[in-house]
This record gives sequence, C-alpha cells and structure tokens, in this order.
Amino acid sequence: MRPFLGFAAGLVFGLGLVISGMADPAKVLNFLDLFGTWDPSLAFVMGGAVVATFLGYRLAWRRSRPVLMQRFELPSSKTIDGKLVAGAAIFGLGWGLGGYCPGPALTALPLLAPGTLVFVPAMLIGMWAGVRTRNTNFFSTSNKGATA
Amino acid sequence: MLSVPTEFTPVASLLGGVLIGLSAVMAMALFGRIAGITGIVTQTMWAKAAHRAGDWSWRAAFLLGLLAAPLLYALATGSPVEQTVSGNLPLMAVAGLLVGFGTALGSGCTSGHGVCGLARLSPRSLVSVLVFMGVAVATVTIARHVLAGVL
Repeated sequence: MRPFLGFAAGLVFGLGLVISGMADPAKVLNFLDLFGTWDPSLAFVMGGAVVATFLGYRLAWRRSRPVLMQRFELPSSKTIDGKLVAGAAIFGLGWGLGGYCPGPALTALPLLAPGTLVFVPAMLIGMWAGVRTRNTNFFSTSNKGATA
Repeated sequence: MLSVPTEFTPVASLLGGVLIGLSAVMAMALFGRIAGITGIVTQTMWAKAAHRAGDWSWRAAFLLGLLAAPLLYALATGSPVEQTVSGNLPLMAVAGLLVGFGTALGSGCTSGHGVCGLARLSPRSLVSVLVFMGVAVATVTIARHVLAGVL
C-alpha cells in the first residue's frame, strides 16, 4: 500500500510540475528575470501550491496520526544558521544558472534533453557532498556571524 | 545563458500548483511527512538503514511517480511535454552541482522549504525562500543584463 500510494503522490507532483510549466527551465529563467522578459506564471504555481498545502495540512492534522504511519514527523529545527542560509544561497545561484530545481530536473529526466542528462547526475553528486558537509561542524563553528 | 520567450499561463500554472499542493497533502495525510524533493532524494539514497524500514519504499516509489509523470502526460494529451533546456553542458553541470550541494546543505528546496515549509509557517523556510529567490533573481539579472553573452 505504501509504495502504491507513494507512487501516486509522486505522479501527482510530477503532473503538477509539467502542467504548471515548472519543468520548463526557459519559463523558470523568465520568471526570475524580473528586469527583462518577466513571465509571472510561476508566482501562480507557488501561490496555488502553498494555499492548497496550507489548507490540506490543517485537514490532515485533524487526525491523531497519518493513515499509513504511526505518527506525524515534521522538521523540528528552529535554528536559522549558516548551513540554512549558505545552502539556500548556493541553491539560488545554481537555480538561476540552469533554471532547474530538484523536482523539475528529476521529472524532466525522461524527456532526455542533453542539459538535463548532465544536470541530474551533477545534482546527485552535489547532494551527496551537501549531506556530508551538513553533517560536519564546519558551518556551525566558522560561520556564526552569518546567522544574525 | 538560455533566453527564449515564454507565454504567460496563469490558469495552467495555478492548476499545476494546486496539484503540487495536493501531492504534498497526500504525503502528510498518508505518511505524515514533508513532500520535499531534496529530502526524499537524500533519504532514499543515503538515509541510515534504521530509518529505511518504514519510509524507504514510499519515497522510492514517489521518485518513480515523478519520473512517470511526463510520459503519462504525453500519453494522455497526445502531445509531448514542451521545454527548452540550455545546451551549455558545462554550465548545466556546474548548475547541477550547486543546486544539489545547496539544497542538501540547506535542508530543502522549492518544495520542502517553498511549498511545505511556507504552508507550515516555518520561519526557517521563510528565510530559505527569501535567500534562494533573491540570489536566483540576482543571478539571472547579472547573467542576462550585465554579463550578456558571456554565459
């Protein structure tokens, strides 16, 4: 049951990315080009997704536990630290260069564009390195000034 | 840098956004988890064995569903998914490394912090979204209007 419904959730997510235009880097880059060929479409993607999620989460949380698991497990960290800020900045730079964030890049993989076939393996290597870096104390010891 | 005109599509984009939200709600209602793609990928590939017991199968299946989506879309509509991807492969390799490293270090991307985090009213996610949106806008602005033609 878990794999079947997990697949369904991923499929709905991917269809959302495709239908919304998020899976088209040209559209994403135009959304980010506020001072040029601005295409505001992606504001509608984020708006629709955040409002639907906000409302749906409140319905889901009325139950004492999720349908297929023992309990809700939400991110508990409240700390705004160097890892969070540096990570977001590095991600933003890559997003602005390529027009892909992780979800759209994965969902576009079967379309076999050469740029995607290069981007996705590089992204997985980056994630591997990012997980390792996050698990060290490098940022929390040397970068405290960035958290203010 | 890639620059081709795109059409303003408020209706399709809103509909697609609501589907993304629906998927996030499914993940919460069924599994009690955030539908963040960075987390789903990193925890599918590198989570500790103990954690895999209950969560691994649905996360791996979620990724398969993500991959199946454009194929199903093309089958259902009879038209292929339209996209334009930069053919500058060294640039795409650098972009991929930065996106992967940054999202893993910062514990989330457009879905985990952007959609799920904002819907949870998480201050961490708001900071993340403001930083990655700001840097992405600055990157495109500089690449297209300051360094025009270099990338």
